[in-house]
Formats: sequence, structure tokens, C-alpha cells
Amino acid sequence: MSRAEPGVRPGAGHGEAGARPAAEAGADAGPRASGPVGTVAGPPRGPGPLWTLGLFRSELLTTFRRWRTLALLGVLAAVPVLVGIAVRIETGDGPAGGGGHGDGPAFISQITNNGLFLVFTALAATLPFFLPMAIGVVAGDAIAGEASAGTLRYLLVAPAGRTRLLLTKYATTTAFCLVATLVVAVSALTTGALLFPLGELTTISGTRIGFGEGLLRALLIALVVAASLIGVAALGLFVSTLTNSGIAAMATTVGLLITVQILDQIPQLQAIQPYFFSHYWLSFADLMRDPVYWDDLLRNLGIQAVYAAVFGSAAWARFTTRDVTA
Amino acid sequence: MEERPAAEAGAVIVTRALTKRYRGGQLAVDGLDLTVPAGSVFGFLGPNGSGKTTTIRMLMGLIEPTSGSARVLGHPVPRGARAVLPRVGALIEGPALYGFLTGRDNLLRYDAADPTADPRTRRTRVADALERVGLAAAAGRKAKAYSLGMKQRLGLAAALLQPRALLVLDEPTNGLDPQGMREIRSLIRELASDGTTVFLSSHLLDEIEQVCTHVAVMARGRLLTQGPVAELAAGTRGRLVVTTPDTADAARVLKEQGAGDIAVADGDRVDAEPPDRDLAEVSAALVRAGVRVRGFAVERASLEDAFVALTGEGFDVAG
Repeated sequence: MSRAEPGVRPGAGHGEAGARPAAEAGADAGPRASGPVGTVAGPPRGPGPLWTLGLFRSELLTTFRRWRTLALLGVLAAVPVLVGIAVRIETGDGPAGGGGHGDGPAFISQITNNGLFLVFTALAATLPFFLPMAIGVVAGDAIAGEASAGTLRYLLVAPAGRTRLLLTKYATTTAFCLVATLVVAVSALTTGALLFPLGELTTISGTRIGFGEGLLRALLIALVVAASLIGVAALGLFVSTLTNSGIAAMATTVGLLITVQILDQIPQLQAIQPYFFSHYWLSFADLMRDPVYWDDLLRNLGIQAVYAAVFGSAAWARFTTRDVTA
Repeated sequence: MEERPAAEAGAVIVTRALTKRYRGGQLAVDGLDLTVPAGSVFGFLGPNGSGKTTTIRMLMGLIEPTSGSARVLGHPVPRGARAVLPRVGALIEGPALYGFLTGRDNLLRYDAADPTADPRTRRTRVADALERVGLAAAAGRKAKAYSLGMKQRLGLAAALLQPRALLVLDEPTNGLDPQGMREIRSLIRELASDGTTVFLSSHLLDEIEQVCTHVAVMARGRLLTQGPVAELAAGTRGRLVVTTPDTADAARVLKEQGAGDIAVADGDRVDAEPPDRDLAEVSAALVRAGVRVRGFAVERASLEDAFVALTGEGFDVAG
């Protein structure tokens, strides 16, 4: 039988080859430094089990090597430093705790007693805008940025697979949420430790907990804050599938974020506010109660899950059927 | 093995009434029936805006046809694209790169996106591909510092990361200097001689004529013709050219002999549609009439003549 494509096995299923012994698979596509690269295809390999992780790793590397990503993280790292220095200067010449218990982000009055509180203050200060804005930029750029650079078509003909590419993008955006939050937390902890005393701390409920447990709660809070951003990430990713312009997607996502934040302040809209992705964001402070008050925390996580499901599905529906013309 | 009609057996790309209408209502590709034989270097020719890139995007599963069907390497696209695309290397509408990554890292990323690419051989294959397109020395430089020609080479390298059964190259010599064009053409010939089918779109007639075995011509979204290059050029009749100092007499005699479309040019050159009779008779008639003949020949039609004959117009951007 004179087949058109030498070595082609139309029936070769995906996954089948992945289960072959490593030695055989290696022999198929093994390094033949002297041999030509573009010769006729040998038997196709199915996707290896670790393939999706390979794409995820490549995606992470690509994202975190962008200047923009590093700049965003730099801004986020600077916020706690600025807050710490401001508090230090403000209270440096007066008695400790003399800054007053008035306005300002949560926990700010406690920083001078315990540097660990700078972590909570910094997260409370960055969560309403800086953190979600950074997520909006990264998520908005995820698909639209690749489309406007033209690299999307090459990823798709590689072929990355639309669903897998979208999942990889979402996983990377989620990873960025975590990294961004940890950058704020670590920067705050370092600044707090350098400028203020550390030690036992008092919870909102008035009980005292050891520094070790305080640190643990700080980590937990960072994780909850990171999880609070999942909704914005899904929204940004959906917007990103709608356009071929990375800038437009980023601007739209950040614009939506600001709009929702404003609407959340209008008392007449009380009825719908609980459905805003940002409505329960500051509930992370409840982790500093003793015992922890879980209701709003769980509501927050629930809302994030709903946003992820709804906008994740919308992004999938859009991306898997869309014509890639850029 | 799967069943295919006999005429399409051995074809690498088969489209049937493939049509794409964009949302604005613009008909980009109109009822395309294309058959690309295996092992050919297939030139896909047409002016800018004639639907070549839209066709290629449909073949690569990037856009959904409005109607009609397409099969690549025996699988339907876009449905079977995931099974087909690992065996297809593509350069579509110019290269697209991550400017902040080095040339090598760009290829590593594209290779990571391919489910069939073996991560253990990735670095070797990337190095080989860079070597093959002559970019090994610039592999460590950021892609944004590359010239257009270097980007084009890197795009080609991405298409050569794996052994391929089919290469789809959309305007592969765009932006290259004449030396680079020659290199790419010889690379294409080399790949073709290894048995890879090459589907090459171009708006450069001489490029197609130099490297292709088969050609299809598109204009305004429709396929005008397809077939082996030699046949296409032969289909257009050559011109009878008489070189003589006695141009007026020669033109008169040629007319008497039944030649049409007679034109006198360059002072000593007369050319005409050859008449439907033995050209030896024509030559004898010229001599009998005392015309001093320096040269008497039929010039074979070039692909360009064939194209102009087909489209009835120059090679301009479609409106």
C-alpha cells in the first residue's frame, strides 16, 4: 500500500504512546545531532503524562520573565515598605501607639506594638485595588496579549489545544495571585521585623496568641487573600478571550474592578452587593478573631468559586469556538 | 487504514467547497476545491487579499469554515486538528515571537506547547532547528533585537522543531535579502527531497516557478486553476518571435500566414500568436518574401504569462 504519508498511523491514539516504555519512546525521537531535523515524520508520539505540566512550566517562566510582571510585583512589594516607614515616622517621636485609633487600613494602629500587624495592614491596604489591578493586568493579557502578538496562532498550531491552553493560562493567573499576595506579605513581614518589635499579639477578640501562631495566621490570611482574587482572575481571563488587544482587555478588567468597588459603596445597591466579587474581601480579618468567625470567610470563598465557574465556563465557551484571526 | 476516494488517495490536503464568509459579510474564500498531492512542493499563488491566508488558517484549525470541508493528512479539520497538527510545521502570516525571550527560549516555548514533543530531546532539537536556519550564532539574543529576516528564520525554525509530514509556509521569504531567499529555497528543496510535502503560499511568481512542482492560483477568494507547474505554463500558448531588420514585411507575412495579435517591438523584433499550422511553413513563407530572418523561435510562456492569461489582469491587490 502506497501511503501518502510515510510512517503515519491514523489510528494512533493519544495517550497510547505515552504509556510506552521510556526507552522506546526515546529511541523514536531521540537526539540525532547529525541527522536532519525536518525529515519525514516517524510514528507520532502521544502526549506524555507530564506534558500539561511542561506547558504550565513554560507559561510560568514566560509570565514571570515579562518586565511588566516584575514591575507589578515591585510595586506590590513597595506598598508595605511605604506603609511601614510612614507609620514609623508618624510615631517615631511620640509614645508608642500614640498614632490614634482613627481611620486607616485595619490593624494600622497596632503596627508599632508588633511588626507582624504590618502584614495584615499591608494586605488590607492592597486588597481593594493594588492586588486585583495586578491580577487584572496579568489575566487580561493572558489570551489577548498572545493574540495581539500573534503568538497565539503558533501555540494553537503547535498544537497546545484550546482547552488546555486556557486551563494553563488560568492556572498561571492563579499562581500569580498567590505569588503577588506572598510578595506583599513577605515584604510586609520583613519591613515589620526591621522597623518594629515582634512578639506576642492580641487578637481582635482581645485574647493573646504567641508569635508562632500569629505567623501561622498571617500565612493563612495570605492564602485567603490570594483565594479572594480568583474571581477577578476568572473575570479577566474571560474578558481576555473577547478581544485581540491585550491593552483593551487589561483596561476593561481594571475598569470593571473599579466599577464594582464603587458600586459596593452605594447604600441603595445593598440588595445586589453580596453578589459582588469584592463584597466579602475584607472578611480575612475574621481570621484574627479567637475563635475564628467563619461565616463571611466561607461566603467569600463561595463567591470566588461561583465567579471562577461562571466566567471560566464563559471563557471556555468563547475561546474554543472563536476564530483566531490575529 | 481509512477509506478515501481513489482520486484523493495520496493527497495531503483535500478541500471540498471550502468557504469562509467573515462576520462583515465579506466572502474571503469561495467554494475552494484544492488537492495537494503527497510529496509535492505546492505553490499557492495569488495577489494579496485573494484568500490564501484565510485558507491556510482554516487548514490549521484556527478558524471555522462557513461551509465545505477540509482534510489534512487524512483527518478532518478543524475537528481532528489535534491529531494532525503535531505532524505539520507551519509559518502563518509571518513569524510571531516573544520579544523579551531569546531566540532559543522562543523555540523552547513553542516546543513545550506541542503535546507530542519529547521534553528530553527538546534542547537538542531546538539547537538543530536553529542550526538549520542559520541562526545558531544569534540564538542567545533577545528576539526583539532580531531583524525581520532573522525573525522569519526563527519562525521557520519553529516549523522544523520536529520531523514533519507537511510544512505549510505562508510567504516564507518575506523580508529576506536575496541571499536569505536563496538559502530558504534550497532548504525547501532539501526538505521536499526528504519526502516532506511543502505547501508554499506566495505572491512572488518567480519563487513559485523556482521551487514548486505544483501550483494553484487564487484570485478574489476563488480557485482559478491548479496542477503541475509545467502543465499550467504549457497551457498558455507561447509567442512566436521573429528577429529581423525587415519588421514591416515580416509583420505582413505573418498576418498572411494567419498569426494574430502581431506586435513590433525593439526595432528588430516581431512577435505574434503562433498560427495553427506548421511553423516551418511560416518560416519558409518569410524567406520567400525576402524577409531577412535573424531569429525565429517560440518563446515558452512563463508562469507570469499564465497568471495574466488566467486573471486577465495584472498581479495587483484585490479590491
